[in-house]
Amino acid sequence: MLHKYRWYEYVLIYSGVAVFLTFVLAPFVEAFVVSLRPLSSLFSIPYRFITDEMSFDAYFTMWQNVPLLWMYMLNSFFIATVVTVLGLICIIPAAYAFSRFEFPARNTLLGLFIAVNMFSGAVLIIPLFKLMQQYGLLNTYFAMIAPGTAFVIPTGIWLLRSYLVRIPKELEEAAWVDGAGKIYTLVRVIIPVALPGIVVVTITAFITAYAQQFIYALTFNSVNELNPLPVGLFQFFGRQSVVWNELMAASLVGILPVLFVYVFLQRYIVAGLTAGAVKE
Amino acid sequence: MAHTAKQKDYFPYLLLVPATLVMVAIVAYPLFETFRLSFTNTSMSPKYEYVGLANYEKIMSRRFPEVIARTFYWMGISVALKMLIGTLGAVLLNAMVPGRALFRILVMPPWVIPIAIGVFIWGWMYNGQFGMLSGMAQRIGILDAPFEFLAYKNSAFMATIVTDVWIGVPMVTLYLLAAMQSISKDLYEAAWVDGASRFYRFRRITLPLIIPSIATMALLSAIATFNSFDIIWILTEGGPRGATTTMIIDTYKTAISRFKYGEGAARTVMIVLFLGSFTLVYFMLLSRLAKRSPNNAA
Repeated sequence: MLHKYRWYEYVLIYSGVAVFLTFVLAPFVEAFVVSLRPLSSLFSIPYRFITDEMSFDAYFTMWQNVPLLWMYMLNSFFIATVVTVLGLICIIPAAYAFSRFEFPARNTLLGLFIAVNMFSGAVLIIPLFKLMQQYGLLNTYFAMIAPGTAFVIPTGIWLLRSYLVRIPKELEEAAWVDGAGKIYTLVRVIIPVALPGIVVVTITAFITAYAQQFIYALTFNSVNELNPLPVGLFQFFGRQSVVWNELMAASLVGILPVLFVYVFLQRYIVAGLTAGAVKE
Repeated sequence: MAHTAKQKDYFPYLLLVPATLVMVAIVAYPLFETFRLSFTNTSMSPKYEYVGLANYEKIMSRRFPEVIARTFYWMGISVALKMLIGTLGAVLLNAMVPGRALFRILVMPPWVIPIAIGVFIWGWMYNGQFGMLSGMAQRIGILDAPFEFLAYKNSAFMATIVTDVWIGVPMVTLYLLAAMQSISKDLYEAAWVDGASRFYRFRRITLPLIIPSIATMALLSAIATFNSFDIIWILTEGGPRGATTTMIIDTYKTAISRFKYGEGAARTVMIVLFLGSFTLVYFMLLSRLAKRSPNNAA
C-alpha cells in the first residue's frame, strides 16, 4: 500500500521524530528537573541530570522569595484578557466589513492592515514612549495594553475574514428582507453563526497577547506591582546569583495557563495559526 | 452584494472605525512621529531643534553599517535553520505512522508560551559553570572545561540564533505540514501506481508543490526574526562587545537606555525601510502565487 513503510523506514522516521522532539522539548524537561533540585546540587560540578533530595520545595518557597509572584501572574492574565476583548471589539466589525461589503479602497485598506503585521512593538517603541510620557500614561496598565491590542488586530481580521466569507450571504439577506437593521443582523445573525471562527480568533489573540508582553512592560512600566510575569521574573534573572530552581518553578507555573488552554483547544489553535497563509 | 452596492452606504466604513482608530493611534501616528523626530536632536528635555540630516550622517559614519550587516547575517542563519529544520520536521510529522497526532501536539509548546520565559530556560542551559549544555558537552567529551556560551562573541551569536530557531521552528513546521496535507492524495496514488519510489514522490510531487509555501514562510519568518528583541535582550543585551547587537537592539539601546530619541528615530526609519521592502516582496509573492493558481487566491 501507499502508506506502508518498511521496517527501516519506521526506524528512520521514529528516530527522526525523536531527535526533533528532543530539540523542542528538552528545555522544558530540564526546567522541570531544575525546579525539583535543591540549589546546592544545581551549583555543583560535574553536571548531573538527576540528584539526591529532589523535591517540590521551590514551588512553595518561591511565593515567599518572590512576594509579588501572584501579582505578576494576575497582571499577565489581566493584560492578555483586556487586549483580547478590545481586540475582538475592533476585529469582528472590521472582518465583517471586509468579508461582506464592496466599497472603494477595500483591498488597499485590507492590505494596510495586514502590513501592520510586519512591524513589531520594538519598531514603534520610541514614539510610543514619548507619547505616553507626554500624556502621563507611563506606569499604567494602559501603556502595556494599548500596543498589544494594535498587534493582535491584523491577524484577527485576516483569520475571521476568511471564516466569514464562507457563510452564505442568503442568511443576512433574509434578515434584511425581514426588516432587521444592519447592526441587529451582525449581532443576532452573523456573530452566532461565526462563533467557531470567533473562538479561533479569541484563542489566537489571547496566546499572542500573553506571549508578547515583555518589551512594553520593560519600557513603559517601572511600577513593580503592575509588572506582568516575564518582566517580574526578569529582575531576578539579571542578578548575580540567580535562584535558578525557583525561577524555573515560577516560569513553569507561569506557562501553565497557556499550556492548559493549548492542550484542550490545540485543534483550534493550530487551525488559527496556520490558516493565516494556507488558504482553502 | 446588490443590496448594499446600489445605495451610497457608509455602513462598512462605520464597521472599520474602531480598528482604524487603534491603528492610527498606535501605529500610523507613531510611525509618522518617528520620521519627524529623526530630523531632530530630541532627548530627555522637552525642547529640541531640527537638525536636518545630522542623525543620518552620524549613524552612517559610525558603526551602524556594521550593525546592519550583522542583523542580516543573524537573520540569514536563523531563517535558513528554521526552514531546514521546519521542513524536515513537517516531512516527519506528515508520515502516516502511529503516534503522529501526539507528535503534532508536542511540537507547539515553544511557540505558545511567553517568549521571555522560554528564553529564561535557555539562559540556564547556556550557563557556563553549571548549565546543562556545558555539562553535557563535558560528559560526552566535547569540552574538557566549563564553557560560558554567552561570554564569547561567536558562541553568544550562535546561542541567540539557536534560541530564536527553537521559538520559530514550531510555527514553520505546522505551516509546512498544513501545506503538505493540502496536496491532493490522487497525485501520490497515481505516482505510486506508476511505481515511483517514496523519495521520488517527495522530490517530484511534495517539494515542487510546497516551494511557494516555503518561500512565503521564509519571508514571514525573516520579518519576525528581523524584529526579534526579547531573546537577545534577555540573553546578552546585545553583548558581548556588541556581538549580538542587531538593528532593533542597537535602536533600543540608543533611544531607551541612552535617551537619544532623535538618533534612535533615525535608526528606526532605517528599520522601517527594510521591513517595508520585505513587506513589498511579500505582497508581490502573494499576488504572483494567487495568479498562478486561481482557486488558491485569498
